[in-house]
Amino acid sequence: MAWLAPSLAVEPDEVLADPTLESRARGISQGLRCLVCQNQSIDDSDAELARDLRLLVRERLVAGDDDQQVIDYIVSRYGDFVLLKPPFKLATLALWAAPAVILLVAGVAVFLYYRQSATAGGAEAAPAPLSQAEQQRLETILRDRDVSS
Amino acid sequence: MTVELGHFSLVLALVVALVQGTIPLLGAHRNDHDLMMVARTAAIAQMLLVGIAFAALVHAYMVSDFSVRSVVMNSNSLKPMLYKISGTWGNHEGSMLLWVLILAVFGGVLAWFGGSLPPALKARALAVQAWLAFGFYLFILLTSNPFERLVPPAVDGRGLNPLLQDPGLAFHPPFLYLGYVGFSMAFSFAIAALIEGRVDAAWARWVRPWTLVAWVFLTIGITLGAWWAYYELGWGGWWYWDPVENASFMPWLAGTALLHSAIVVEKRDALKGWTVFLAIVTFGLSLLGTFLVRSGVLTSVHAFAVDPARGVFILALLLIIIGGSFALFAWRGPSLKGGGLFQPISREGGLLLNNLLLSVAAAAVLVGTLYPLVYQAITDGKISVGPPFFNAVFVPLMAPLLVAMAVGPLLPWKRGDLSPALRRLWVAAVAVLGVTAVVWSQVTDMSLFGFLGMALAAWLLVGTLVELAGRIRLFRAPITDSLRRLARLPRSALGMTLAHAGLAIAIAGMAGAGAWKIERIQVMAPGDTVTVAGFTYTFEGAQPTRGPNYIATRGTFTVTRNGKPVATLEAEKRRYPVEKRETTEAAIHPTFWGDLYVVIGDQKNTDGAHVTRIYFNPMIGWLWAGVAVMVIGGAVSLSDRRHRVGAPSRRRADVFGGATARS
Repeated sequence: MAWLAPSLAVEPDEVLADPTLESRARGISQGLRCLVCQNQSIDDSDAELARDLRLLVRERLVAGDDDQQVIDYIVSRYGDFVLLKPPFKLATLALWAAPAVILLVAGVAVFLYYRQSATAGGAEAAPAPLSQAEQQRLETILRDRDVSS
Repeated sequence: MTVELGHFSLVLALVVALVQGTIPLLGAHRNDHDLMMVARTAAIAQMLLVGIAFAALVHAYMVSDFSVRSVVMNSNSLKPMLYKISGTWGNHEGSMLLWVLILAVFGGVLAWFGGSLPPALKARALAVQAWLAFGFYLFILLTSNPFERLVPPAVDGRGLNPLLQDPGLAFHPPFLYLGYVGFSMAFSFAIAALIEGRVDAAWARWVRPWTLVAWVFLTIGITLGAWWAYYELGWGGWWYWDPVENASFMPWLAGTALLHSAIVVEKRDALKGWTVFLAIVTFGLSLLGTFLVRSGVLTSVHAFAVDPARGVFILALLLIIIGGSFALFAWRGPSLKGGGLFQPISREGGLLLNNLLLSVAAAAVLVGTLYPLVYQAITDGKISVGPPFFNAVFVPLMAPLLVAMAVGPLLPWKRGDLSPALRRLWVAAVAVLGVTAVVWSQVTDMSLFGFLGMALAAWLLVGTLVELAGRIRLFRAPITDSLRRLARLPRSALGMTLAHAGLAIAIAGMAGAGAWKIERIQVMAPGDTVTVAGFTYTFEGAQPTRGPNYIATRGTFTVTRNGKPVATLEAEKRRYPVEKRETTEAAIHPTFWGDLYVVIGDQKNTDGAHVTRIYFNPMIGWLWAGVAVMVIGGAVSLSDRRHRVGAPSRRRADVFGGATARS
């Protein structure tokens, strides 16, 4: 009988005695994905695999690794998929560049819109003359107003 | 029998949709009033038919009819009645039926109350609605039929995921869908306008309230989801940039932009093409949201292939609707020339900046959400795009938006000057300094995100109040005069003030809870005490207890502060035997400055010691309160006279772009 959700995220027995080391472990854990969950970090996840990874992170920290070494070690075992923050490399160039490129394109579009309306601005200064129909309507309205007042 | 009645009604609705999608279009083209009026009758008929179908399914769930496959898969005779009913839409088939029900209700409401609309525009909009409905009816009937019988019937059902057996989540999908589907109204009006080749101030006045309705519902829906995650998942988080969350957040961002660009169309006759485009994009993102969540594509591109009929059908539907609309837009859009001109520093300029930043944010979230799918499809490798990416992209886009949000409403239309507006905001600048100083003195953890959020919240809140004060001439006229002005303020202006102020309050909550959450994890034996954020928690022990369809361990904690009692908290850990799942029920005691949040875990020893997690979530209540104020703002704006009856009738003679009305 497989019971789902056996326990919750970080358990007291995992916590390291050294608070600085523990807080580094928490920081690293928040950037690592629980591989069997949807976009959850191992710090938040209650899955068995997440617990194993949390323990692994702490093991490496106790062994004296610095943060980057721990992350590199985990990535070497599980691949880039484990990183919630995708690494900068050729395959993720489009991802990291996209927001900036979209902002740039949108900004240029807005700029062109203003420039275009600036050149059309002359037309606004001197509005198009009324058409004959409009002229007649205007006169009717003005006449009606005179009558009613 | 009722199940077959429901099934039959749905088939009938499909046929009615076909009629509603064709004859009124012909009528609008020929300017034939009788043919156009078919849309009204058909839309109301559709509403009734889908209503019958949905009622039949709800009935099957209520009486636990285990001869229906969907009921067997998702319900159980022991479930409380509320969750039997909410189970109707807690699964794929039922949720799609809810989707078309809401679509049919929106169509019916438009047909019933849209009396002041020009008949041709109304007929065309209803015809577009009918085509959407037609596609989804086909999808349901061919690939996801909730009325499918099971032979022989089952003895009992498999139950509903206990995480979903929760009042917050019972109403999360209906509100979300009211939002998604609500944007179909703006979409249908946009397509109708493209067919007519005409967008004007009156068009914007019809689109705005529908968009606002959808926005209000979507805001409620997303927040219910976040609130549920906060109290149910048991570690005090409320937003994870999960693809499913992003799926609902993208239409919200685009819809918020649409809400603002429609103002420019209405007031200044500009940004017409853009607004129509945005209406299509907003609904497109709503459809994409439905698709992403429903196709299984998010778990893995390969899961998509497990049930290809559904996935391919809904993908095809998506491509036809979005592709078709963009093609129509490319063809007819250029004719939508706006007349109103404005300078970058102006009210319109502010609204355009809002649109720029919100659209880019929506696009960035879209890229981040779809990138892993595309990456996997192309390279067969897997990458994760998680919170670090979204925060890195989203925060820099939203910060300038929040800064500008205080300034924009102070600018005049057409062309303005920044310095008088900024001079009026000196109070807001003082508030930023004050809040930063107070936060500095209170926290030990210097979080840039936290300070930025608090400063922006103060700036926006005070800036919004400055705008209101200006409108009612507060301190510059006698107070009675100001109060009279406040009472006479147009509801839409008051709505804006509330919505912007609500966002400011919500931002403060997000910043506080995001930056300064405190967590303590430990094993506690009965009688043990732990102090978190100045509150002392005493574990009084845990007792077994039982509910209608679960057994639970209930831990009791008494909380004191400086020796004075504050609260007694009871946290539960529940086991659901039918579904073989466990859930945690956090005990939460909200206070003005933060929530006390307690979770009980496994028993550790025979002496009754348990794993406990105790959190202090600062300011989190501000997030919920802020969203509530935003929603109230939307509702107040909706009650504006001009939105209700003011939808003006266009001058008869020039309604149909040259075609003269038949007399």
